[in-house]
Amino acid sequence: MNDFKALSEAISKGDINKAVAETKSALEAGISAQDILNQGLIATMNEVGDRYSKGLIFVPQMLRSAKTMQECTKLLKPYFQEGDVVSKGQVLMGTVRGDLHDIGKNLVSMMLEGAGFTITDLGVDVAPEIFVEKVREVEPDIVGMSALLSTTMPAMADTIEALQKAGLRKKVKIMIGGAPVTERYAQKIGADAYGSDAGSAVTRAKELLGIDRSEE
Amino acid sequence: MVIVGEKINTSRKNVEDAVRRRDAAAIAAMAREQAEAGAHYIDINAGTFVDEEVDCLCWLTETVQQAMPLPLSLDSPNPVALAEAMKLHRGEPMVNSISLEQERLDSLLPVITSQPCSVVALCMARTSMPVTTEERVQVGSELVETLTAEGVPREKIYVDPLIQPVSVNTDMGVAALGAIRRIMEDFPGVNAICGLSNISFGLPERRLINRSFLALCMAYGLSAVILDPTDRQLMATLLSVELLLGRDEYCGNFIDAYQSGRIAG
Repeated sequence: MNDFKALSEAISKGDINKAVAETKSALEAGISAQDILNQGLIATMNEVGDRYSKGLIFVPQMLRSAKTMQECTKLLKPYFQEGDVVSKGQVLMGTVRGDLHDIGKNLVSMMLEGAGFTITDLGVDVAPEIFVEKVREVEPDIVGMSALLSTTMPAMADTIEALQKAGLRKKVKIMIGGAPVTERYAQKIGADAYGSDAGSAVTRAKELLGIDRSEE
Repeated sequence: MVIVGEKINTSRKNVEDAVRRRDAAAIAAMAREQAEAGAHYIDINAGTFVDEEVDCLCWLTETVQQAMPLPLSLDSPNPVALAEAMKLHRGEPMVNSISLEQERLDSLLPVITSQPCSVVALCMARTSMPVTTEERVQVGSELVETLTAEGVPREKIYVDPLIQPVSVNTDMGVAALGAIRRIMEDFPGVNAICGLSNISFGLPERRLINRSFLALCMAYGLSAVILDPTDRQLMATLLSVELLLGRDEYCGNFIDAYQSGRIAG
């Protein structure tokens, strides 16, 4: 096991310069990009997400850590070999039809990215037929839907129905969230999971794909 | 300052329970409590009921108006719910809200012009949320022009600059403040209104941030606000800022509120 304590601290604090320097020196020391990513960056972001879910840190701190991680990930990219598994899973994200709110969706996307998922962000006001089209095209493992208004929540059910009709429902896991959304609503409309905040969305996504933390 | 009491919102657990049970006494108490604390309008929002929202909003309209004499702020993005509640409302309600989102605008304009009412014009653009002051003013201006062209007088228009969290983008506070100032300067007679709690999403000590933001908004020209009037610290901020802005003759409102125990430092 390599020692990523200094890197981890720099990411937690959101110190970009320090984190970038630590990433560089890890690469120079011959540690594989894969190990730096998993044991250094992703492991730290998992802790950051947990601390946010528990209310120990706040949104700006989480954003800062995520941004720091992104800068470190950029440095690793040229070192990945063909065939390296660098994604924990493919997630298609969007705010549903009629809804223009993107802050929650963006926070979740950022934390999923931090946890090693690959995100395709469809933006806001995404109609069910667009979700269907993109599921066909991208073949994601998970579809994540966000709604911030009680009036647009039903568009989540419409999207699930559209995926069902297109014969795609069984090919993806569906995760939903947003201020008015509840666990009960997720069950009611047949979603596979509900995330109450960006940190727990990551936990739910891992559960959906059977990713065990101890394997990381 | 026009004060809209925000407490009767079914996203609060106790309100949702009361509405589900159709507990008129509990709802009446929440309405009276806010009226006594200084509200001018009582906001009612039954959004969490989704399919039953129309019924719930109508029931709330009648229940709250039976409890006290104030007009209501009918709070829903759903045009059908607003139209039905308006039919039952006595006096002039505040319709909360319209925006430039096409479907919402098209279906609400006839409702708003069908009877006298005030209207909250939310600075939500057609396909995105505005970020800069400029973008907010653009949307706000378009809304004011659309409404006045339909015959709604300026004094009945309450422009909401759309408050977004500073935790995500530290320019969000300044952007909203700038929009308040510009809208109030460009359209004399129009009101500027906002809610406060979105500003502090994702941060600790949210009530402190909300209070500080209220003071700033007022300095930039805010003329109405959606808040919990039974929050004595928040009301203390509101009344002391009014006083400092020279809008409280002989400091009478502030002293009255102090002597009757409605504010806390």
